[in-house]
Amino acid sequence: MDALYREAILDHYKYPRHKGHLDSPDITHFDHNPFCGDEITLELKIEDGVVTQAAFDGRGCAISQASASMMTEEIIGKSLEELKGWSKEDILELLGIEIGPVRLKCALLPLKALKAGVWGIEDADA
Amino acid sequence: MRSIEAIRADFPILQREINGAPLVYLDNAATSQKPLAVLRAMDDYYRLHNANVHRGVHTLSEEATALYEGARGRIARFINAPSSKQIIFTRNATEAVNLVAYSWGMATLKPGDEVLITQMEHHANVVPWQLITQRTGATLRYVPLDAQGTLRLDLLDTLLTERTKLFAFVAMSNVLGAINPTAELVARAHSVGALALVDGAQSVPHLPVDVQQLNCDFLVFSGHKMCGPTGSGVLYGRRDLLEAMPPFMGGGDMIREVRLEGSRWNTLPWKFEAGTPAIAEIIGLGAAVDYLADLGMDWVAQREHELVRAATERLSRVEGLRILGPGIEQRGGVVAFTLGEIHPHDIAAILDADGVAIRAGHHCAQPIHDFYGIPASARASFAFYNTFEEIDRLVLALDKVHAVLGM
Repeated sequence: MDALYREAILDHYKYPRHKGHLDSPDITHFDHNPFCGDEITLELKIEDGVVTQAAFDGRGCAISQASASMMTEEIIGKSLEELKGWSKEDILELLGIEIGPVRLKCALLPLKALKAGVWGIEDADA
Repeated sequence: MRSIEAIRADFPILQREINGAPLVYLDNAATSQKPLAVLRAMDDYYRLHNANVHRGVHTLSEEATALYEGARGRIARFINAPSSKQIIFTRNATEAVNLVAYSWGMATLKPGDEVLITQMEHHANVVPWQLITQRTGATLRYVPLDAQGTLRLDLLDTLLTERTKLFAFVAMSNVLGAINPTAELVARAHSVGALALVDGAQSVPHLPVDVQQLNCDFLVFSGHKMCGPTGSGVLYGRRDLLEAMPPFMGGGDMIREVRLEGSRWNTLPWKFEAGTPAIAEIIGLGAAVDYLADLGMDWVAQREHELVRAATERLSRVEGLRILGPGIEQRGGVVAFTLGEIHPHDIAAILDADGVAIRAGHHCAQPIHDFYGIPASARASFAFYNTFEEIDRLVLALDKVHAVLGM
């Protein structure tokens, strides 16, 4: 547990970065995990194929919300082409924790929303 | 009565340590732990008697058949069924509900008919009826919950009508802990000519259950929640109904004769048991009901009532903790709760670090969580082998959740 709830994760959970909404985002994507009720809405502003602003809103467990907060910090300034190549390893590196199969879905929900958003896939049904 | 320490010694897994702390197992509503008597019964079967049942004339097959059918008789006595022919073995309570839905439901229901269930059902007693009413054109209706997390029985007069062909309801909720007035609900169903199916997945393991006293038409339960193995479940049914119902699954053992132009069915209970059954598991379940009968279900219910009374008292003093469901007089050994805005998965993960096992999620009962407007809850559920010290460990671990995640 101490490994799961390490200081950086608790900090992002308690004081999320970029939480809220953007004015007229270019990309908006909602995704959720009905099994545990985690929800993420990700919003991006794009200029010349590069993310200039990112925001998320949602609710859920500390892992999903910290993952979203950390991810929004990281993706600003990255190109959509680069983000299309992101994988679960990139997120797990950000989180810096060993994570079991059950909680992996929580950790990867923001990435799922990001990938679907940048690939232009329809919102997951609410 | 044997001491709790002696009873705990019957369950080898209770000696385990989890993350360096003695296991506190409070996920009994999901599945119970298994006593040595059950493990030995299954082990003995495989070591000494393993053979297929109802087939061979050799000694082992006769022994296996005697053990398997002996378990049926013990399980029949455990719920006071008039005859062991009314005990159909399934994989679990879910399969037992599906058996009734597909066999009785498909043969009986038609447009204009209604099936009544409740908002506190486990998905196992929701989804089969959604599927069958969709297929038959019948209508599915629900008894809603009130603010206390009990059924709106005041609405039964409008919901139960001559159109109702079946009232299927849970005897004890796996989330709210609510114990429903089962015999009264069965009588209400009968008063409009409907059948009554009782989901006993939580009641049979924790309360004395007598099908003749309940007068129910069907009762379903799972072996693994009552000290038995996974893969063992039971459908009890009224004999004339079971006789009239068509088979659910076809295959070996459920037939009297098979010709290319058609087949004739075996008699009860085997008409509903196609293929080689879970022989070892059913023998294990037979040992489990012997174990529970030795303890006495009145004692089990009383012990678990004392545990849940202590748990609700202590938990209600935890800051920000809200208990779902009714007061202690209507509650079995289940306490589902929320803790402020903290997600149940985080609660369960932090408790696990201290060796305390609880469930987090929707517990296969999303309509209840929709009623409360929450996606999930944390749930501690008790068995007779739990202790008051374990409740202290639960409360201490919840304080730690606040310390780690509190804002």
